[in-house]
Amino acid sequence: MSIHFIGDTAVLTGRSLRHISRSLDTIVTTAVMPIGFLLLFVFVFGSAIDTGSASGSYVDYLLPGILLITIATGISYTAYRLFQDLQGGIFERFSSMPIARSSVLWAHVLTSLVANLISVAVVVLVALLIGFRSGAGVLAWLAVVGILLLFTLALTWIAVIAGLSAKSVDGASSFSYPLIFLPFISSAFVPTAGMPGPVRVFAENQPVTSIVNAIRSLLAQQPVGADIWVALAWCVGILVVAYVFAMIAYRKRIA
Amino acid sequence: MTAAAAPALRVRGLKKSFKDLQVLRGVDFEVARGGIFALLGSNGAGKTTVVRILSTLLAADAGTAEVTGIDVRTRAAEARAAISLTGQFAAVDEILTGRENLLLVAKLRHVDDPGAIADGLLDRFSLSAAAGRRVATYSGGMRRRLDIAMSLIGEPSVVFLDEPTTGLDPESRLEVWSSIRALAAQGTTVLLTTQYLEEAEQLADRIAILHEGRIIVDGTLAELKRLLPPAKVEYIEKQPTLEDVFFAIVGTRHDAAATNEGDAREGGRR
Repeated sequence: MSIHFIGDTAVLTGRSLRHISRSLDTIVTTAVMPIGFLLLFVFVFGSAIDTGSASGSYVDYLLPGILLITIATGISYTAYRLFQDLQGGIFERFSSMPIARSSVLWAHVLTSLVANLISVAVVVLVALLIGFRSGAGVLAWLAVVGILLLFTLALTWIAVIAGLSAKSVDGASSFSYPLIFLPFISSAFVPTAGMPGPVRVFAENQPVTSIVNAIRSLLAQQPVGADIWVALAWCVGILVVAYVFAMIAYRKRIA
Repeated sequence: MTAAAAPALRVRGLKKSFKDLQVLRGVDFEVARGGIFALLGSNGAGKTTVVRILSTLLAADAGTAEVTGIDVRTRAAEARAAISLTGQFAAVDEILTGRENLLLVAKLRHVDDPGAIADGLLDRFSLSAAAGRRVATYSGGMRRRLDIAMSLIGEPSVVFLDEPTTGLDPESRLEVWSSIRALAAQGTTVLLTTQYLEEAEQLADRIAILHEGRIIVDGTLAELKRLLPPAKVEYIEKQPTLEDVFFAIVGTRHDAAATNEGDAREGGRR
């Protein structure tokens, strides 16, 4: 790895952050659908949902899942931006320059972390406006941000695979649809206890449930229990597998 | 052989297949330093494949390729420092301005004073007036000029231009030609691929024809012309070409230096 890796990554990250600052609509559209779900569930369906929790309003229960949906939506723009670079030939220009090659991908990944953090902040702000409250301390909030960043990092590498191997713009961004809907079959909207057999088994053993439960406990100042370890294991596992496949996809594009 | 004495490019027995399709079947050529070398061939002849191998983007199945004596496979990082690639599609960032594009490449090439280099190139390629505009608003010719300007940063020994004028209107093509001549004039070796015979004739000091995966001829224009039977003297009436008509109607032929940047023609191929 070149000694220039950090400097080159910083320059390239600056470039893609400038893309974002010049098309703020990508941040807005990332946040619009999750905010829509938030409003819909809090004000329309929420009154019919019994979360079984004695304390806290439904928006407190719902927010963690909405944040994961926000991230799943946001990473499709990473795939899109990467695909555009490949199409436009600028990716080849960078790859034929004397720079650290991995910094080209890392710049997109770091940009994804920043963009998603902003989108998540926008959604949290809306949640605060409609009554979300948490007494969590600084450490608990830092833990929540940490989990969300790790989740973003893991999903972003999936987005990198999609961006590198897609044949069309639609292909580059539509891979995220299943990820966006995964929270619906989890503990994000309703407790898993009321779900029928096989659905419940799926819901209780897929990554979203443990991540949602861990974040929810942190925000509600409850003990996180085993959920946080399961959540971290899922995130790290997805990250490693996605990274390996992203590197394979990268070598296929560039010798 | 020392790097200083090595030719700009040396390609030996280069082979490359994509699945069952044999694109290169043993390509050999050598390019001395300085001047413009044109690789001529029809679509699908393998020109881009040669350029991609030389610019370290693609691994050959067999054979060797050296840039200024540096093997592109075994010493890829050093080879990248010696070359610059201008691909088939203008590899510019549309969301950034022209100046920001140049700054980006200057920073990645770790040159001293990126700002001064960017301004110098903007001036040289007649892009100063459009420097602060996003590239998305540029015409096809302006994009190509910016693209070529970006390739000059860091003073690479060899510049690859892969079909630099494909898809450009006649006026933009002339602008790009003058940019390429300016590039060669400062001592850079240019490898140009093209499917336009006229372009090779206009620009190249040496021409190689790539056909069905092999170089079938390689020499100066005069040498290539000698391959044909001696010229017959015939008297024909000189009709204006369509190009003469085009320029007579739309205005004078002007080279890049005189082009009015303010007039953003409908541009771009993408």
